[in-house]
Amino acid sequence: MTRTAAAPPSVPAVRVPRRRGTEVALIVVAVLLSVYGYCDVGLAKNGTVPPGAAGYGAGLGVLALVAHLAVRFRAPFADPLLLPIAVLLNGLGLVLIYRLDLETPGDEAAPTQLIWSTVGVALFIGVVVFLRDHRVLQRYAYICVVAALVLMIVPIFFPAVNGARIWIRIGGFSIQPGEFAKILLAIFFASYLSANRNALAYTGRTVWKLTKLQLPTGRVLGPIVAIWLLSVGVLVLERDLGTSLLFFGLFLILLYVATGRTGWIAVGLVLAGIGAYTVGSLEPHVHSRVEDWLHPFASIDAGEGPNQLAQSLFAFAAGGMLGTGLGLGHSILIGFAAKSDFILATAGEELGLAGLAAIFLLYALLVERGFRAGLALRDAFGRLLAVGLASIVALQVFVIAGGVTGLIPLTGMAMPFLAQGGSSVVTNWIIVALLIRVSDSARSQPVDPLGEDA
Amino acid sequence: MTRYIRHAAAFCALLLIALLVNATRVQVVQAEHFDENPANRRQAIVRFGQPRGDILVDGRPVTGSKDTGEQLRYERTYKNGPLYAPVTGYASQVYGTTLVENAEDDILSGTDPMLAPLPLWNDVSRAQNPGGMVRTTIKAAAQQAAYAGLDGKKGAVAAIEPSTGKILALVSTPSYDPERLSGTSGSVAKSWTALNGSADKPMLNRAIRQTYPPGSTFKVVTAAAALDAGTVTDLDAATKSPNPYTLPGTSTELTNEVEGCTNATLRYAFEWSCNTVFAKLGADTGLDDMLGTARNFGFNDSGLKIPSAVAASNFDTSMDKAQLALSAIGQYDTRATPLQMAMVSAAVANGGQVQSPNLVDETTTDDGDVVRNTGTSSLHQAMNPATAMQLREMMTGVVEEGTGGNAAIPGVTVGGKTGTAQHGIDNSGTPYAWFISWAQKSGEAQPSVAVAVVVEDAAADRGDISGGGSAAPIARAVMEAVLGGS
Repeated sequence: MTRTAAAPPSVPAVRVPRRRGTEVALIVVAVLLSVYGYCDVGLAKNGTVPPGAAGYGAGLGVLALVAHLAVRFRAPFADPLLLPIAVLLNGLGLVLIYRLDLETPGDEAAPTQLIWSTVGVALFIGVVVFLRDHRVLQRYAYICVVAALVLMIVPIFFPAVNGARIWIRIGGFSIQPGEFAKILLAIFFASYLSANRNALAYTGRTVWKLTKLQLPTGRVLGPIVAIWLLSVGVLVLERDLGTSLLFFGLFLILLYVATGRTGWIAVGLVLAGIGAYTVGSLEPHVHSRVEDWLHPFASIDAGEGPNQLAQSLFAFAAGGMLGTGLGLGHSILIGFAAKSDFILATAGEELGLAGLAAIFLLYALLVERGFRAGLALRDAFGRLLAVGLASIVALQVFVIAGGVTGLIPLTGMAMPFLAQGGSSVVTNWIIVALLIRVSDSARSQPVDPLGEDA
Repeated sequence: MTRYIRHAAAFCALLLIALLVNATRVQVVQAEHFDENPANRRQAIVRFGQPRGDILVDGRPVTGSKDTGEQLRYERTYKNGPLYAPVTGYASQVYGTTLVENAEDDILSGTDPMLAPLPLWNDVSRAQNPGGMVRTTIKAAAQQAAYAGLDGKKGAVAAIEPSTGKILALVSTPSYDPERLSGTSGSVAKSWTALNGSADKPMLNRAIRQTYPPGSTFKVVTAAAALDAGTVTDLDAATKSPNPYTLPGTSTELTNEVEGCTNATLRYAFEWSCNTVFAKLGADTGLDDMLGTARNFGFNDSGLKIPSAVAASNFDTSMDKAQLALSAIGQYDTRATPLQMAMVSAAVANGGQVQSPNLVDETTTDDGDVVRNTGTSSLHQAMNPATAMQLREMMTGVVEEGTGGNAAIPGVTVGGKTGTAQHGIDNSGTPYAWFISWAQKSGEAQPSVAVAVVVEDAAADRGDISGGGSAAPIARAVMEAVLGGS
């Protein structure tokens, strides 16, 4: 298991920089930025530093520090950017939720979110400490997929909340099992595709000679398509459109990366187009989302006042280039989902295009570090897992950010780390933990002079 | 596999670029378009986020602001709301603004760039100035006297300082409390519906937005036109006026309510309000001269602002002789706002010169630095100064000897003219009682107040309605209030 021993003796040992000091420095910056934002909100709204500022800073600082220590001792080669980015996004999310709490005194979400963040960091530490090698996960691929399907099916038996059956409520807690399912499904896809990669890529029948389009045999493709169809089907039943879009994209990206067949993308997009058109015209819930996207101001013209999307666009527009400043916007006008699905509108209004671009770039950096780890790894499972996890973040950011800014039809989803939501923040911390783990493996390997497939 | 991972990474990068481009579209390119959408409440939130500046009467605020802690935070309050409603108008979160609240909204809401010491810097710093103040020309005593005089009857009073055009009183009754329209609660919508649905039209500003047939008070204009045109040269020479007077080109006979109008002198006809004499005088003077004089007094001017827009008073531009004869005694299509008739009276008092009427003296910042000072400006010379002198004599005679005795104030020179305007089909409506007047304290160089009063009291017995009976005492009270206070 010792990393240095894994290096073949023929290659001279190159001392790979661990950069844990860089990580600490960046974490300090992330915590300070968050505390600054927290104080800024209080000063703008009440003219005083909020009473909880010291506690908030200390809490976030201790969480980040403990997470850092876990990485330092258990994944010393891990990418030093991943943890600071997660801390900064989580800290910023807490600031934005706290800021919105000031507008809704009866409904405070920030304390709960801080508890869930703590749970998330605890699970992060658990994964980093106890998962010594990501390849272990490959063994549990089928357990993962069964667990994922169960998690997705269970909410059907619970009452719908705001039109979607995606929550489980037990006591005072409500969790969204679909959030966890995406990690499990990514593990399954990575495992199955890495095991059957050659069969998928090089066997099969040619269906149409002109295009040389080859379909793999049903025996190889069947199980994974069945799992995928099942999961997307369940989500459509639950009206969790964002997550079904996410699973669709995840499946397509991993299939392409595993097989390298452009044909898959074409087939996937055609199927997606047909599916989207059918669902969009038959299912009234989806149809109205598409209508809202095409005509965000239709409800205003009809005299019913602006809908959530219109309010969201107003918020982004009010922010302009530099934003109104934390605490000085009016994104609360968006209404009930301001702290969850629409949290980005608050960022857009109060931090402006400049702040929004910075947030997008933080996500982009997180995704890029994931892909980089995937490129450096040698085992196919690890590569696909890294790509899968990075793609989950990228797709999720695109689906929700594109939705609230009017780029694509709005489908409910949580902005990773920023949005209110326990399941979401916990899941994202686990994703970052897995990325830490794979990046540790990737960077502790000796440099491969060829840099090609293992 | 490496290649395909790179492709996937490039795809994710494309997604990010799409997000950034779209965010730029929303936040920069289309931002202004979104900001200006009327359904976007942000401008209203900013607007009501600070207390509105006050409107002052005699240096004391007649308005206030109340912090509700709600989204549209500050509500307008009014002291003595119904009394000053025809001046202030309302400032509502829901229904916008009217009158001075509307005309001086930039000052009151703090958006006027002139409120800032460095106007351009505000655009950069996004700072908002506190609302400024509007100092009105209204005299509280005159306003109260007019309001008390009308005593809930339908009517209006306008009082002007003749030499400057400053509006000293502007009353319309029945009135309403504009505070009922402040705020966002359900009661505001109920008030709005009730006020708009009321048969009494309490929100109608009768002093400047309602035109009435001016009746005999218009004889001041006819006399001015006749004297200026030379139709009559001697006030005390007998006119060739039959009684009854048959309207030219028709068989309709015009009669009088008083005796002695046959071939009466102009002075007698003015003091006792002979319809026959003035109808013939108007017809003899001719449309061109009548119209020119009426215009110079301010009729047919749709651009008059005080600074709120004033409804145009009407004198038809093409009429036959019979219509002109009726118009000369303030009937047919002739219509005037009470403010217009106060201007007519003020013109006589001011040597024939009509000053621009004005309700706002000056606007200031919240700490009293003057932003804009409304100077005096003249509108027209309505008649020759010599004609004005003759009309002064005749108007004084109305009060001393004629129909306007109720307006007399001991020790003060008062000129006036009564009017009883018939209206409705075949004059079936309850007539409007008019009185216009001016007053000059002895020892002062010129009259200090001109007033127009109209009472449209449907409840009163028809016989009681006359300018001298119902309207003159109100005018006297207003004049006394102004003279007593100065």
